[in-house]
Amino acid sequence: MFSIQNLKHAYNGTEVLNVPAWQVEQGSHWLVLGPSGSGKTTLLHVLAGILRPSAGTASVAAQDLGALKADALDRFRGRNIGIVLQRLHLMASLNAFDNLLLAQYLAGLPQDRTRVREVLAGLDLADKAASRPHELSFGQAQRVAVARAVVNRPSLLLADEPTSNLDDARCLQALELLQSQARGCNATLLIATHDQRVKSRMLNQFALGGRP
Amino acid sequence: MNLFTLSLSYLRARALSTALNVLLLALGVATITLLLLTMHQLEERMGRDARGVDLVAGAKGSPMQVILSAIYHLDVPTGNIPLKQAQEIAKHRMVKKTIPLALGDSYKGFRIVGTNPDYVAHYGGKPAAGRLWEKPMETVIGAEVAQRQGLGVGATFVGAHGIADAGSEHGDAPFQVVGVLAPSGTVLDRLVLTGIESVWLVHDEHRGTDANADGQDKEITALLIEYATPLAAAMMPRYINQNSAMQAASPAYETARLFSVIGVGVDVLRGFALVLILSAGLSLFIALYNALAERRYDLALMRTLGAGPAKLMALMLLEGVLLAGFGALLGLALGHGLTELLGHSLKAAQQVAVTGRTWVPEELWLIGIALAVGIIASLLPAWHAYRTDIAHTLARG
Repeated sequence: MFSIQNLKHAYNGTEVLNVPAWQVEQGSHWLVLGPSGSGKTTLLHVLAGILRPSAGTASVAAQDLGALKADALDRFRGRNIGIVLQRLHLMASLNAFDNLLLAQYLAGLPQDRTRVREVLAGLDLADKAASRPHELSFGQAQRVAVARAVVNRPSLLLADEPTSNLDDARCLQALELLQSQARGCNATLLIATHDQRVKSRMLNQFALGGRP
Repeated sequence: MNLFTLSLSYLRARALSTALNVLLLALGVATITLLLLTMHQLEERMGRDARGVDLVAGAKGSPMQVILSAIYHLDVPTGNIPLKQAQEIAKHRMVKKTIPLALGDSYKGFRIVGTNPDYVAHYGGKPAAGRLWEKPMETVIGAEVAQRQGLGVGATFVGAHGIADAGSEHGDAPFQVVGVLAPSGTVLDRLVLTGIESVWLVHDEHRGTDANADGQDKEITALLIEYATPLAAAMMPRYINQNSAMQAASPAYETARLFSVIGVGVDVLRGFALVLILSAGLSLFIALYNALAERRYDLALMRTLGAGPAKLMALMLLEGVLLAGFGALLGLALGHGLTELLGHSLKAAQQVAVTGRTWVPEELWLIGIALAVGIIASLLPAWHAYRTDIAHTLARG
């Protein structure tokens, strides 16, 4: 589904990411493990097309990201990739429903209110559609963030440290949520985490070494 | 969901800052609107009152006072001129038409003007009721006089000596209203018109003498003159000033002089309003720039959702334009409202009529200026939004 070759990225001359080769099939679920600073977030950003790597290639859904021009990359990202950020970053000025509509609008897709309602209902958020982010609990806000990531039926769903702020019970819920939502649109799921509790829950694991 | 609703949601989220910025801009726009409307109407009104009058001959004194008293009926006359000399001017070959005016009395603050029917025709006045005067002591009153004093055809009243209200009344010489003029939007609306003979009659009786029966010593107050040829503009004023005891005053020249005097005050006000608009622009810039810092993550997030940098730039620009647009609209509404209020208070003082229920083309310019201020204020924030480094921003948060 995506493939990485000789991927390297450096900030100010310091190498922060080095992945010689990695290939993943469509619909599979993966954990990207590694200590802080091992480049998990950087890898996610490269796969999301947010960051252009210093060297190497990354292809998502048979598309070489490096070959896309800036505006084509933006469009590709909006339509094919869903991201759940560690700090969620819901738009504070918009309610839950409009946060999802925004994802459709910015991806340049038709605004499908039925789909938005459906996704919210699927995440048990039907009664929170009109709530602004500050009126939601962290769990609810995270579900809205997941809903926003999957509303455009992405083929690749990325999550950055989705469990770091959660207690054990909620940690498992969040994980199951991501997995079920990824299955729902047959998306490849990639979770970057350093949370040891998650390790035993998923079979496919990819370890980033970090610095020796 | 589109850029417009997104911008609006941001403006709503910062309601206080939005309201303050809109208000600041609106005050500047309102001040300029008020100036535009009043000056425009004043100039239009004064131009209409002076139209077709090339020169006014009056008694020696301030030429501006001659114009203010004989054309606009705002000041007291400089004195009287001999009828005989006025008649000589009227016969001059460079003069096409003259209208004599005899002033001096008033009724409850409205001037009684002795003249001939040409004066009514000159301003396109027509009786809405009754007819024009034919005999001495018959009067035709302007629309505003009729409305405010509740006079109609058939009513009688006595004039008071002098322009102000306080003069002694000519109790023994009542006027009879034989006609009421339709509103013309000119000085006619505020006048009580009668034949010159009536004015003479009132004052002769007042003095209790008939020494002027032969007409030799009869006087009028001013003579409105229309030229027969453009050449007269160079000749007539000097001719009048040198060959008679009269003084010539040009309405165009004196009105321009008047406006250049008022203009200083208007310029000061206009400068003040521009400073208001500029500081509104600065405040707008500060608000948008601060919002940019708060919104760093929102912008990065929108990029991850597929928005290109141009869209973020457009969003910031749109926000500036929306703020400026609201400010301009509120300012125009406020300006028109204030002008209307001013008009009401001026009306109560029987001054020039001003209304807020009219538009001048310059207001479009005003909207344009306000929008330009909004765009300029949001240029730098928009550029910063355009340059947002998503990965870097998200990595920090």
